[in-house]
Amino acid sequence: MELTGLFFYLVSILIAGGIYALLCLALNIQWGMGGLFNAGIAGFFAVGAYASAILTTDVSAKHLGGFGLPVAFGLIGAGILAGVLGWAVARICVRLKSDYLAMASIGIAEILRLVIVNESWATNGSLGLAGIPRPFGEFVSGRSADLVFLAYVWAVVLIVYVVAMRLYDSPWGRSLRAIRDNEVSADAAGKNIEKFRVQTFVIGCAFMGVAGGLSAHYFRFLSPSATDPLLVTFLTWVMLMAGGSGNNRGAIVGGLGIWMLWSVTEIFVNRLPPEWVTRSSYIRMLLVGLLLQFVLQKFRAGIIPEKSPPIRFREQESARDGRAR
Amino acid sequence: MIEFINFYLFPALAIGSVYALGAVGISMIFGILRFAHFAHGDLMTVGTYGVFAAAGVIAVSPLLLAPFGMALAIVMALLVDRVFYQPLRKLPTIYTVISSFGVALIFRSLVQMFWGSQNQVFNSGGVRPPLVLFDTFRISVLHVQAVLATACIAVALHFFLSRTRTGRSMRAVSDDPELAEVSGLDTEKVVRWTWIIGASLAAIAGLFVAMDTSAHPNLGWNLLMPMFAAAILGGIGKPMGAMAGGYIIGLAEELSSYHWIGDQALISPSYKTAVAFIIMIALLIVRPQGLFKGRLL
Amino acid sequence: MSALLSVRGLTAGYGGPPIIEEVSFNVAPHEIAVILGPNGAGKSTVLKTIFALTTVLSGAIEFDGADIAGGKTSTLVTLGVSAVPQSRNVFRNLTVEENLDVGTYAAPPADKVATREKVLDLFPDLRAKLRQPAGELSGGQRQMVAIGRAMMCEPKLILLDEPTAGLSPAYLERIFDLLLDIRKTGMTILMVEQNARQALQIADKAHVLVNGRNFASGTGKELLADEDVRRSFLGGGGE
Repeated sequence: MELTGLFFYLVSILIAGGIYALLCLALNIQWGMGGLFNAGIAGFFAVGAYASAILTTDVSAKHLGGFGLPVAFGLIGAGILAGVLGWAVARICVRLKSDYLAMASIGIAEILRLVIVNESWATNGSLGLAGIPRPFGEFVSGRSADLVFLAYVWAVVLIVYVVAMRLYDSPWGRSLRAIRDNEVSADAAGKNIEKFRVQTFVIGCAFMGVAGGLSAHYFRFLSPSATDPLLVTFLTWVMLMAGGSGNNRGAIVGGLGIWMLWSVTEIFVNRLPPEWVTRSSYIRMLLVGLLLQFVLQKFRAGIIPEKSPPIRFREQESARDGRAR
Repeated sequence: MIEFINFYLFPALAIGSVYALGAVGISMIFGILRFAHFAHGDLMTVGTYGVFAAAGVIAVSPLLLAPFGMALAIVMALLVDRVFYQPLRKLPTIYTVISSFGVALIFRSLVQMFWGSQNQVFNSGGVRPPLVLFDTFRISVLHVQAVLATACIAVALHFFLSRTRTGRSMRAVSDDPELAEVSGLDTEKVVRWTWIIGASLAAIAGLFVAMDTSAHPNLGWNLLMPMFAAAILGGIGKPMGAMAGGYIIGLAEELSSYHWIGDQALISPSYKTAVAFIIMIALLIVRPQGLFKGRLL
Repeated sequence: MSALLSVRGLTAGYGGPPIIEEVSFNVAPHEIAVILGPNGAGKSTVLKTIFALTTVLSGAIEFDGADIAGGKTSTLVTLGVSAVPQSRNVFRNLTVEENLDVGTYAAPPADKVATREKVLDLFPDLRAKLRQPAGELSGGQRQMVAIGRAMMCEPKLILLDEPTAGLSPAYLERIFDLLLDIRKTGMTILMVEQNARQALQIADKAHVLVNGRNFASGTGKELLADEDVRRSFLGGGGE
């Protein structure tokens, strides 16, 4: 591969890696800070993608649209819609054991997929949306547009990172971690646990929506396959776990690092014997699944562990887990 | 009316049987191991493909080959429990949930690696004519078999849980794991039996679905949500409740697309799978312990 | 007479700082021994430690000549030790009969039916409730089911954690009477009690624990007469 080709390959990895870093930051707010298990990342991602695409595209007979708003407004809309959806899910489930939130979030993701495929008046069904604009698309085109988009994505990552850091160090973030680490004493201290959890979930979902929006603008085309729960949800979980849940920098490193690894395996599996190449995507999936298990077993703190170690109540917590039920 | 019975009621009972068999496993695992097993659907898929592999070698009705699928599902479930879930047991259960999420992916990609991702149709000796009763009711033989098999399994399971030593131990652990430990019960043996039963029933359920339509790697995953809904509906830790929940969800799904009012389906069939989810959400709001007073985890 | 249970210099906790330190006492065969002490003295922790539910940091526990410190709970049951936790001590969704049956699984008695009859003779109230889920019974009856369950494996030693907690005074006396009956069958009882005065009246031996350490030991009568113990735990008056 020639040098410029290699350079733009790297650019494309960094763009997608940035979008995943964003998802990881969002998930870190929910899981790392709030201890909430979201198994429907793909759903909130998809809502954001479609919202932003519909808000920014030109008039089309095939789908809802024609608002022609600037990309930034599309992304804001994506965040709001995904956040509202997250609010509805959280309201119902946060007071129950986290397993129920996992089921409900996965259910929401599946239903959203149904809606996207079936409501073709809005989404053009399985044919998908085309002609989604890039930010500043009227000024740059071709390969340099990728560079502009790269900057745009990482600017968003930076903003979300700053917001997440602020949240982490704020009284709000401290209360949240206190709740995560010891629900009983936080409750005794008069913290409104349910309210904090709902807020956490909503903020995380909103950022996931923004990430979805960015991916729609990056590919300029959007179809229901973008909502594939396997890739988006699983990969994000693996990334956050490997990067270090509870640490925002860890989330970014995990997102970018695992995405690079994922991209490199593509080159690698393509060199397999021909009868295996057709199955390469399954092999990669298997590897992701095994990587998640490895991280869970041996590497739970991640590459960059949470810096102020949470007040360790782990043993009491698991003991309580057994007793309280 | 006859159309209703032939095209809605019997298929509803058949899919209800599938949900019932899957939900029993989910409910028992939830009750005894205390976590939502997200890989249960894919365990179903693994079992189904076990039968499929055996059917390629032995040319008899796939139903007779069910033990092969059950065996594969049991081996995989025990293996996964030993390697992935057991080391996490001391941690908050949410880690096991995440792990099972990854196991679902592992199961599916293994199936895809070995058998590809296309639909596989069981070669069960041509299309069987439906049973015709009183010249009006036309029922698929497979549907009848599914309902009968589920009924037999329900009776057997009930006796197992209420009369045998292992069954009673399972209920005891589900009731109160700490007291079970204090009583000196062999918790790991109970866990093993939970997987054995859950995996076998999942394999049987998957086989029925695959014979009714076709086998594909997403077969089990697509059934996961209704099975969870059925397990919650029946009350966690109540196997017979989960069975009933399975039939209720199956009926609700099928009957929601019947044209009760006018010519229009009540709910567009393309949204059929959302019905289970909506029931589940409604239940979580109103009665999270399920219809049959299960435990609230 | 050699001790059935011998605890020597036991220090244990739940992973953090030790809850009990250097605790020592002996329990002779066929006696009722009581552990007393103020709240938070570590009384229950002693029982849990004997039953291998905590982490032993140092010291020795000998039962029937065998060292059992840091062993496994299920092995203890086979050796002949049964325990009844303070709360949540029955399987609520299992019937009374099933609760008793589960008690035999870890160490089956020679004659299950005979053992069951023996237990039911001690707790005749339960005969009429055999098919009822244990969770539906009253607090006192649940306590009987719990003790009965523990007796079903014919243990040599029963550990009871506050068997009268939350019971009415009438039931309290019945339970204490039952404990005397149980001792007559040849079993040894080690229990933790809040109702110190009544417990001392039936106890052969009592051990007082303060701040996780031995404070006093003696027969029930000795401790009832002991000035220090009286002032600290028994109060001036009747309760």
